[in-house]
Amino acid sequence: MLGKLTWEAIPFNQPIPLFAAAIVGAVIIFTLAFVALKGWLPYLWREWITSVDHKRIGVMYIVLAMVMLLRGFTDAIMMRSQQALAFQSGGYLPPEHYNQIFSAHGTLMIFFVAMPFVIGLMNFVVPLQLGVRDVAFPTLNSVGFWLTATGALLVNISLVVGEFARTGWLPYPPLSELTYSPGVGVDYYLWAIQISGVGTLLTGINLVTTVLKMHAPGMTYTRMPMFCWTTLASNLLIVAAFPVLTATLAMLLLDRYLGFHFFTNEAGGNVMMFMNLIWAWGHPEVYILILPAFGVFSEVISTFSRKPLFGYRSMVMATMAICILSFTVWLHHFFTMGAGPQVNAIFGIASMIIAVPTGVKVFNWLFTMYGGRVVYAPPILWAIGFMVTFVIGGMTGVLLAVPPVDFVLHNSLFLVAHFHNVIIGGVLFGSFAGYTYWFPKAFGFKLHEGLGKAAFWFWIVGFYVAFMPLYVLGLMGMTRRMQQYDVAAWRPWLLIAAAGAAIILVGIILQIAQLVVSIRRREQLRDETGDPWNGRSLEWATSSPPPAFNFAILPRVTGGDAYWSQKQRARQLAGLADEPHYVPIEMPRNSATGFICAFFATFMGFALIWHIWWLVAVSALGAYATFVVFAWRDRTEDIIPAEVVARIDRANRSIRSEALATLEAPR
Amino acid sequence: MSAFDAAAPYPARPQWGDRPSAAAHASELLSKRIVVGYGFWIFLLSDIVMFSTFFATYAVLVGETAGGPSGAELFDLRNTAIETACLLLSSFTCGIASIGAQTRRGSWFYGAMTVTFVFGAAFIFLEAREFADLVAQGAGPTRSAFLSAFFTLVGCHGLHVTAGLLWLLTMMAQVFAKGYRADILRRMLCFSLFWHALDIIWVALFTVVYLMGVAA
Repeated sequence: MLGKLTWEAIPFNQPIPLFAAAIVGAVIIFTLAFVALKGWLPYLWREWITSVDHKRIGVMYIVLAMVMLLRGFTDAIMMRSQQALAFQSGGYLPPEHYNQIFSAHGTLMIFFVAMPFVIGLMNFVVPLQLGVRDVAFPTLNSVGFWLTATGALLVNISLVVGEFARTGWLPYPPLSELTYSPGVGVDYYLWAIQISGVGTLLTGINLVTTVLKMHAPGMTYTRMPMFCWTTLASNLLIVAAFPVLTATLAMLLLDRYLGFHFFTNEAGGNVMMFMNLIWAWGHPEVYILILPAFGVFSEVISTFSRKPLFGYRSMVMATMAICILSFTVWLHHFFTMGAGPQVNAIFGIASMIIAVPTGVKVFNWLFTMYGGRVVYAPPILWAIGFMVTFVIGGMTGVLLAVPPVDFVLHNSLFLVAHFHNVIIGGVLFGSFAGYTYWFPKAFGFKLHEGLGKAAFWFWIVGFYVAFMPLYVLGLMGMTRRMQQYDVAAWRPWLLIAAAGAAIILVGIILQIAQLVVSIRRREQLRDETGDPWNGRSLEWATSSPPPAFNFAILPRVTGGDAYWSQKQRARQLAGLADEPHYVPIEMPRNSATGFICAFFATFMGFALIWHIWWLVAVSALGAYATFVVFAWRDRTEDIIPAEVVARIDRANRSIRSEALATLEAPR
Repeated sequence: MSAFDAAAPYPARPQWGDRPSAAAHASELLSKRIVVGYGFWIFLLSDIVMFSTFFATYAVLVGETAGGPSGAELFDLRNTAIETACLLLSSFTCGIASIGAQTRRGSWFYGAMTVTFVFGAAFIFLEAREFADLVAQGAGPTRSAFLSAFFTLVGCHGLHVTAGLLWLLTMMAQVFAKGYRADILRRMLCFSLFWHALDIIWVALFTVVYLMGVAA
């Protein structure tokens, strides 16, 4: 009846996971009870859970990312403290638990923190920047989000029911094969990633179509803000790379569930094929994450330097060059496979070539700031911190791209330091920059500036203290993922690294405080005009938060930096344009399809993990029925009457009319 | 909308979309038909990338028979030729069904869809019988890496066809229940793109797996 699921799946004998699960469970129950008692459930259902509005979905993605960041960071603290303690002793985490923690840490941070954070930003911002009312496929967008949430939920269920993978964030066979990992841990990993991967693919298709086919009149490709270009590149990579991940993990699933021989040691299976396939996805994945962050920095640096982005066209070229080159370097993740000097040399050189367009970008950002009137608000602090940190990470990456060096440093902490250097310094700083930069657009008030700056400084200092020692440790020969060690010379460095993690913790607490304080003081921090940073692109042309339809009349775009030129024109004319003629607007109707679909997907994933076959069939039928019900809808759109549009837009116009007097002179 | 915008209300362009609409934006953006078709093409490309992964895996593992039978010993080209004929003919009838839907001729639409279903189902039946025969001779997917890759590549295509058959029936039921509505015609467009794409993949599969397998 319940397949492999028995009471033994719940780790009653292990205090740490049980305790952690109890806390998580308590928080969830408390939150749900609080929401229910306040009577917010109907509001949540109507305005958020069933929403197909790209802005709401973007916000939900980012909330998911932030919650998962806390979980992933807890894992990080546990690893750092374990390694600080485990000198000539077992520490406090037994090996089988420690192995689950580093696997869960990597899985969560990449798939359920970095991915939803950048996808959330793209979802929220891109339609606004393009001057349109929604993404190309709004309901599909909702389905994509909820499937991602399903994946995150499955990973977290593994904390209580069963176990998580002990095979690292990429389940390398033969360790991940049934012979060596007979438990459900790897299955949790595989089904969570398969389901959320489908969600990501749907988002990729949606955003590619949006950027290429949905534009305000006059918004040609070369007038798009840089963030739209990096979104395009990133989502093209999703479309081209995620199917490879799906196929690869499907093969591992077939090996585990039906006894196939793709990656087994027996019957002709080929283990190294898994490494090749997974990194054919994995390396583009790195750029899927970093390219949107590059886009955020481009927007932030240009806005806070009060200058157009330097070298727009070279930036576009560099972005697309990275997009293509990212598919030509996967083998540098396993130079030690022994493919021979020629192959390794080619991939080493290809890896170094990627540094060229990246360098172009860094110089463009520097030249944008050069001669500008730089305003040191929190978003640009993250951007400057990024430029310093990412260049260091990039250079250690070029070191690792030299095959002989890689033979020495492969799987050492040097590698761990390198990828944290680029992912924290690049993706995470970019996400935080975007979060502070677009927060007022999403909620109508700014985040507290002092706490934001303090959080930045703790993060960047904590980062250096935590990860620079790992470079040293890598050079001293310490491999990654060690549960205990007995080399005395490593200890001091590991203690410093643990202290760094504690400093980062202070940064995270400050970020939480920043959010709480900003919500309490939202009246003082209110963004009245919709343009709090004196922005340049169209998202600042509408009110904060934007109305459901984004723009009462689609903007006409006549050049790059569309909103900046509109503001200067209005300033010259000393007044707003005449009031437009308002017409009714059609907006897509809300739909529970995404949520219900994910509901069935959660049961299906869980049932597949535990071999509860009847439940698999029932869930599949439920998911199909959901789609049929959706397809049978007669009304797909709601009409917002012209009077409502006029009322909302007139309020915005009168505020902007007043703000016109204080506009900066053109430069 | 930007309040600073200097433009007057935009004159409505002639509707070249799929449905008349009073809404302001419909005339200024590309029609839904173009956007939906474009998005579906992107999906098909991603699907082809997935198949290419299975093709590449098959190419790597084709020699890894682990002492078991090879393709030359197993494949029956006559069966495959009939399968191919079924699928190619079903693509032709699917095209007729699309025209029937566009011109709203029920007999053509339902008739051609039914024939498409029959050909598709025949294809699935032949493939299932081939798989069952192989398993019965001890040449199932667990026998060797080559057979794992073979069953996965061909089976993945078969699963796509099966899903397509389910879609086909749903599509017919929907037209029957709702008529030739604009959104349903867009779905029909996507369905026919999907069906033709499966044909293209089959052509590659037929060549790489069966023809080259027998020749080797």
